[in-house]
Amino acid sequence: MSHPTDATALVVFIALLAFVTVLGFIAARWRRGNLAELNEWGLGGKRFGSVVTWFLLGGDLYTAYTFIAVPALVFGVGAVGFFALPYTILIYPLAFLALPRLWSVAHRRGYVTPADFVRGRFGSRSLATAVAATGLLATMPYIALQLVGIQVVLQAMGVQGDWPLVIAFVILAAYTYNSGLRAPALIAIVKDALIYITIIVAVIYIPSKLGGFGAIFDKAGAALPKHTPKPGSLIPSGVDAQTTYASLAFGSALALFLYPHAITGSLSSRSPNVIRRNAAVLPAYSFLLGLIALLGYMAIAAGIKPSNPNFAVPDLFIQQFPSWFTGFAFAAIAIGALVPAAVMSIAAANLFTRNVWREFVRPDCSDAEQARVAKLASLFVKLGALIFVIVLPTEYAIDLQLLGGVWILQTLPSVALGLYTRWFNRVALLVGWAAGMTWGTILAADASFKGSVSTVHLFGGHLTAYWGLFAIVLNLVVSTVLTLVLPRDRAVDETTPEDYVSEEEAQILPASPEEEPRFTREPRPARTRN
Amino acid sequence: MARHRGWRLLLILPFIGLLYPPLYATDSPELFGFPFFYWYQFVWVPVAALITWFVYRRTRSDRS
Repeated sequence: MSHPTDATALVVFIALLAFVTVLGFIAARWRRGNLAELNEWGLGGKRFGSVVTWFLLGGDLYTAYTFIAVPALVFGVGAVGFFALPYTILIYPLAFLALPRLWSVAHRRGYVTPADFVRGRFGSRSLATAVAATGLLATMPYIALQLVGIQVVLQAMGVQGDWPLVIAFVILAAYTYNSGLRAPALIAIVKDALIYITIIVAVIYIPSKLGGFGAIFDKAGAALPKHTPKPGSLIPSGVDAQTTYASLAFGSALALFLYPHAITGSLSSRSPNVIRRNAAVLPAYSFLLGLIALLGYMAIAAGIKPSNPNFAVPDLFIQQFPSWFTGFAFAAIAIGALVPAAVMSIAAANLFTRNVWREFVRPDCSDAEQARVAKLASLFVKLGALIFVIVLPTEYAIDLQLLGGVWILQTLPSVALGLYTRWFNRVALLVGWAAGMTWGTILAADASFKGSVSTVHLFGGHLTAYWGLFAIVLNLVVSTVLTLVLPRDRAVDETTPEDYVSEEEAQILPASPEEEPRFTREPRPARTRN
Repeated sequence: MARHRGWRLLLILPFIGLLYPPLYATDSPELFGFPFFYWYQFVWVPVAALITWFVYRRTRSDRS
């Protein structure tokens, strides 16, 4: 279906985007801090309370591309695409346990990025660099995909060419540069209001026109098995479909809070209890995402025939909604892209500044210089994403983002397990990381980056599961075996067990016995340079 | 004892409930037109949130 220009929708769309742009610049004055400091520009001064953190993390984790891609997947393959719901339920128990520890140690030691933590915990520059590089590699295509999300709604309104995307980019870059993390935090509030209204209207209004949810599921169930080349289904049946489903949900849940933008969003909160409370209330967004996924079935039931599955939801909105509300809904998606794109570029800029610039170029640079470098880096990161989207086919961004999930999961032993134990040898972790990265990439390439799962034959049986999960198992096995085999790791751990519990807890809790600080008691040699 | 860390074990429940699809990969019983597979997982959203909130209340150590 070609898209004629829809003037009414476009006017509403532009008005809403202009509004959030103004908001983005005003944000610099919100909870005023010295934006020439990295801590202020890149983490909002670490002062966000429960409500702001809820909006920021919600806006950051549930991206515009998710709103396009999840229903597109459900539209194409059915039940498997619904893994997004269990995935986004399971991230919170994990976040509840691990993130408060990361927050505390980062607060105590002045860490800004996950790689800063790995540097301090394992005393290894190589391992920290590997973690930082993985973060940058995984984040860049993710930013590109947000721009793809904007591109999709613009094209759906009949806007052709690359210039509108360039304008969106300039706006995004300018207010991120100016206001830092405060801008997406403030815009996220508007974004969420727009998204909630859009989806609530969509899941009441569209089914009422299509004969109710029963009829929608019936039509989708009848149509999915006829999909070519691969038939879909309404219920995952058979062992392979079910291991695919569960492994995608579990692997994606493990990966999410390893992404630099998720960590940046969490570290900006005021206290570990803000994070814990949010782990209980953020699932409200998961409910919303589940409803968004069902838009894929509504598109099937409404007989939408998009040129590309990514247009399933935009075309559904155009068919079902009056023009002005289509403009409203598309603005919600586009603003939904600006929030995570801003946080991701800030997270990438923090990584570059702390773990590349300060580590390799200017070890003694001042805090003001770090903030300056980070602001510039955020511009380059976004420029890179823009060029990527304009010059290369969209497919590349999608493939690389899928790979990014596999890659970021490989930092789990160093970052997440590192929060609990210093048992692993730093060299073992580095080799395990390399093994996981390599195998994950090979599995994905063998499958031509399609479907996110592979079948591995082992011990006479076979298992079909998410690439990332296979890779992290190999990574953990290698890390464990090498830790047992290698001579004892003598690198210094600069953190202490007390660093991992927040101040209010530390007054009450004795140090956990499993965190015996044996590495810190050794005489301190010069920091290992490996 | 101020800490009741054992409550945290409750956080395993959503993993058990959601990572074993044979438990819920069926059509019936339907609810409001939703096949069981779908509404079962929707129900887990508030259930998991309540479990997390409960664990938070039981394990928090400050008075704020």
